[in-house]
Amino acid sequence: MAKTEKQKQEPLFHIVKRIIGIPTWQAWLIRIASVAAALLVCAVVTVMLTGENPLNVYKTMIEGAIGTERRIWNLMQNVAMLLCVSLAVTPAFRMRFWNIGAEGQVLIGGLATASCMILLGNRLPTPLLFVVMFAASLIAGAVWGLIPAFFKAQWNTNETLFTLMMNYIAIQIVSYFSYIWSNPKGSGAIGVINLNTQVGWLPTIGSQKYLLNILVVAALTVFMFIYLRFSKHGYEIAVVGESENTARYIGINVRRVIIRTMLFSGALCGLAGLLLVSGTDHTISRATAGGRGFTAIMVSWLAKFNPLYMILTSFILVFLQKGASEISTQFGLNDAFSEIITGIIIFFIIGSEFFINYSIRFRESKKGVQAK
Amino acid sequence: MGANTAIELKNVTKVFGSIVANKDVNLTVNRGEILSILGENGSGKTTLMNILSGIYFPDHGQILINGEEVVIRSPKDAFSYGIGMIHQHFKLVDVFSATENIVLGLEEENFNIRRSAEKIKKISEQYGFEIDPNKKIYEMSVSEKQTVEIIKVLYRGADILILDEPTAVLTPQETQKLFTVLRRMREDGKSIIIITHKLHEVLSLSDRVSVLRKGEYIGTVNTAETNESELTEMMVGKKVSLNIRRNDPVDPQDRLVIKGLTCISRDGVKQLDNVSFTARSGEILGIAGIAGSGQRELLEAVAGLQKIDEGSIVYNNPKTGGQDDLRNKTPMQIRDLGVRLSFVPEDRLGMGLVANMDIIDNVMLRSYRRGKTAFLERKPPRNLAERIIHELEVVTPSATTPIRRLSGGNVQKVLVGREIASAPTVFMAAYPVRGLDINSSYLIYNLLNEQKSNGVAVIFVGEDLDILIDLCDRIAVLGSGRITGIVDARTTTKEEIGLLMTKHDGGEPNHG
Amino acid sequence: MIIAFIQRAIMQGIPLLFGSTGEIITEKSGNLNLGIPGVMYVGGICGVIGSFMYEQKATRFVPFLAVLIPLLCCLLGSLVMGLIYSVLTATLRANQNVTGLALTTFGVGFGNFFGGSLIKLVKSDMPSVVLTRTSNCFKATLPFADKLGAVGKLLFSYSALAYFAVIIALITAYLFKHTRVGLHLRAVGENPATADAAGISVTRYKYLATIIGSMIAGLGGLYYVMDYANGVWSNDGFGDRGWLAIALVIFAIWKPDFGIIGSFLFGGLFIVHNYIPNLTMSDQEIFKMTPYVVTILVLVFVSLRNRRENQPPASLGLPYFREER
Repeated sequence: MAKTEKQKQEPLFHIVKRIIGIPTWQAWLIRIASVAAALLVCAVVTVMLTGENPLNVYKTMIEGAIGTERRIWNLMQNVAMLLCVSLAVTPAFRMRFWNIGAEGQVLIGGLATASCMILLGNRLPTPLLFVVMFAASLIAGAVWGLIPAFFKAQWNTNETLFTLMMNYIAIQIVSYFSYIWSNPKGSGAIGVINLNTQVGWLPTIGSQKYLLNILVVAALTVFMFIYLRFSKHGYEIAVVGESENTARYIGINVRRVIIRTMLFSGALCGLAGLLLVSGTDHTISRATAGGRGFTAIMVSWLAKFNPLYMILTSFILVFLQKGASEISTQFGLNDAFSEIITGIIIFFIIGSEFFINYSIRFRESKKGVQAK
Repeated sequence: MGANTAIELKNVTKVFGSIVANKDVNLTVNRGEILSILGENGSGKTTLMNILSGIYFPDHGQILINGEEVVIRSPKDAFSYGIGMIHQHFKLVDVFSATENIVLGLEEENFNIRRSAEKIKKISEQYGFEIDPNKKIYEMSVSEKQTVEIIKVLYRGADILILDEPTAVLTPQETQKLFTVLRRMREDGKSIIIITHKLHEVLSLSDRVSVLRKGEYIGTVNTAETNESELTEMMVGKKVSLNIRRNDPVDPQDRLVIKGLTCISRDGVKQLDNVSFTARSGEILGIAGIAGSGQRELLEAVAGLQKIDEGSIVYNNPKTGGQDDLRNKTPMQIRDLGVRLSFVPEDRLGMGLVANMDIIDNVMLRSYRRGKTAFLERKPPRNLAERIIHELEVVTPSATTPIRRLSGGNVQKVLVGREIASAPTVFMAAYPVRGLDINSSYLIYNLLNEQKSNGVAVIFVGEDLDILIDLCDRIAVLGSGRITGIVDARTTTKEEIGLLMTKHDGGEPNHG
Repeated sequence: MIIAFIQRAIMQGIPLLFGSTGEIITEKSGNLNLGIPGVMYVGGICGVIGSFMYEQKATRFVPFLAVLIPLLCCLLGSLVMGLIYSVLTATLRANQNVTGLALTTFGVGFGNFFGGSLIKLVKSDMPSVVLTRTSNCFKATLPFADKLGAVGKLLFSYSALAYFAVIIALITAYLFKHTRVGLHLRAVGENPATADAAGISVTRYKYLATIIGSMIAGLGGLYYVMDYANGVWSNDGFGDRGWLAIALVIFAIWKPDFGIIGSFLFGGLFIVHNYIPNLTMSDQEIFKMTPYVVTILVLVFVSLRNRRENQPPASLGLPYFREER
């Protein structure tokens, strides 16, 4: 009697972590399927909002992203900058240090650049100015990364929340200087720095003002790939991220690796700030980083922290943004449409990882396992 | 059995993969008695009790409670039959008070912490526990935490209590207190099952003893009618000859001299207590002992991973002839002294290797600093990985396969292979054959012998006494963090080691 | 002027209080929902959409419905946001940080998109939607508040939603301390394996805490538009208040009743520059930085003191998966 009332049904299915893992091609199939599903949902949403033919919508999207030469350059510049920030945050992530403060590190690096351009622009010879600018932006970014890293290494202060707060401090500091150096006075915006002299502007290669940035980021991508894959530092980062216990066992100084890596990560964010301020915008505002610090986290994570895959993921995200903003102008929607699309696609991609890492086993219909 | 039987197990069998954890086990527990379940590590004691408490489900066999057959599918089912288990690893929320932990998950009664605390006080008074219901778990000593676990079970009205190695973490005084409480519960008519391997505890506490060995039920005896040596023999069995090659040590020299080593954990427990021994070159020194007697701390102290409170570890450097004290040096500093120390830790994937990295990168862990540039030299580790795969017959698709995809035996081959490759002068291995099949195990023994004949001082922490006796030259026995004896493996017997393992020297009375 | 300042500070603090109470409930279950800023945008815009529809369609304007409809729309919108987060992190075990940030991107986009669309619909000259009639219903205060002098103004001059925020925070604090549900929720966030062993459904608690937390946070968005901003929705008007709400969670060391005081303090810090004479624009920006600096100081101080009660929930940000045996 007790037996029959106590016999419970096994659940319909249970979830098992894959130990062996599935073949790479299957994993990619799942990812591609998830992107396809996401695009389908996005198309449905778009059609509902605009009443357009979905094919038309996609066509508009592609045109918006790569329809003209100018758009292609613009797209590539945006991919490059997003990729740059993503590369910067990646070493920390591989170490399982959740640096979500890239936005602030980029801004502070950009501010350092801008202040060099404003304060030293007319005093130093150009080559020296570039050296100082370069050093200042790297150091500023590095310091912004160092502060949370130090507290993490020393007292295990939660780095996610710490770096998040550092973003807004950076934003407010930039706002402060926007008033100090505002041009015209009192406008709260700095305006184009050294508009006439172009002092402190990164040189343009040929007639393409974006080319230099793109080349720098391309080089950085290769460098980061090599750094993470082939350098001793990269190896230490990976070991610390995978297992601090193992790292200690082989004699790695975990604290030092955390601090060193965040210095590096922050410095690269500072470099991104320099490229943005000196290379393209020639000004600084609270919006200079443009949310890239946050988007970069998704780029890096979606690419499994692999710099080469990150080219792809940052391209996809920027492509979508540009495409969606074209849809919004063409069909009379507004700019924020692209953020909705980005959100939906990321939801699908991160959701799909589950099916790569876990398998679902349905209940076997054999009754023999029950006690007799 | 009579009406006095609380639990009866009939032919209970549980198989995990190819390992038979319990085979046709029969057991009865009476009301108002304390039953000890005795057995070595891996004898299936805990598995059996997990079956009773609903964590595992048996493959065959019956469980009768109060004469009626029951099915226990979950800890909740177990509770409904009045069975409560106190696990070795406490399941408590650190920032909660004792009361909050005790009522956690209970749905039956109205929620009132103060009233629950009253009830807890009443239970405590009834059995003689000393506990402050409002104290937070993180402020508690291990023994207090254990008390909370016991009260948690009593609070839910359990009549049958299962305690898994309850004294492993207690001081002698705390152990005595616990035993007093348990005896009081027995008088109250409760049935108590205590899993242990400490003979003196069995003899002083329990009414009857059931012995398991390698998953099989050996028998049950009345405590009053038995003695230590009979129980030891039931527990360890007759010696089996294994045909492991053993050469005599060639020119043994003192390599590692350990004196008065003492390590105290954060809870204030002495994990190592005045440990002294010498490891000689060309010799295998076995470390025997019940799991958790300080083996891990000992090896980690030598490897520079454990804070040492007292004592010295002196390394006699064969190259320079000098003596280096390794006490409280980091692994890096030890290496910089020119000490060639290899260490196969117990936790292979959590400490010795990185599960998500491939074989080459794992082999590189020891050697990645080589070379003057900032870049890794993957060629030598690649060659080494290939060599390990080839020589130790590692079954793997390739050298670039992540370690986590390999089977346990192959993982261990990679780890041991890497540690041997650095041409050590001291080689330490903790449970290197745990979870390995026979062939892989013998391969590991041969590797240890090879190191020995190369003049390496080998320290081998093992759990199978037959192996220790056949493989080692000397065996040091650890009991509760102390060396209880160092014996010559060629002349010793399993009984002698078994007694040393369970021996508890010092001022504690044997019978309470 | 002091009274006016405190009043404004409290009104400024109420959206933060909603946000932080919601986030505290969520974090107590071990979920670090960085999507709260997005959730608050969605809560706000859903309320705006609801009331916009009602103002346009209703032939007879009933104040009760004018409040109820936006309220329900807001709750529904934030519920869906919480559900998305829960499905992705609790069921599909996606990374919490990435999911949260994506949710913020999505939510802010959602808010600005529909806000922008409405702005286009009304064809106004200003880039905003104005819902004065609805706002007046939301802003209804106790009729006698004005007559009670300074104290009355300080205590009784706010709208129902503001009191609701405080009440929710107090109820939550009570729930955490004195009820079984609160105990179980805290256990889930501290040590899910132990909670699981005690028979508590970890997944159910994570879902419920996240969804209820989102709905409360969403009300913060609604309050901001309908009360603080007098029914005027303008894109990005809500600003970074969502992140400030997350900062407030740390400042309040995960205690909702501390959050009440904290939110007023943050509100005060946020607007204090308007009340200090002769401040330049640039100095004002420095003042706006203080809530974040204070938060970091609290975070560092808490980790330095290392008092166990004041730490973040131990499993915050980590997925829970009961390994198959």
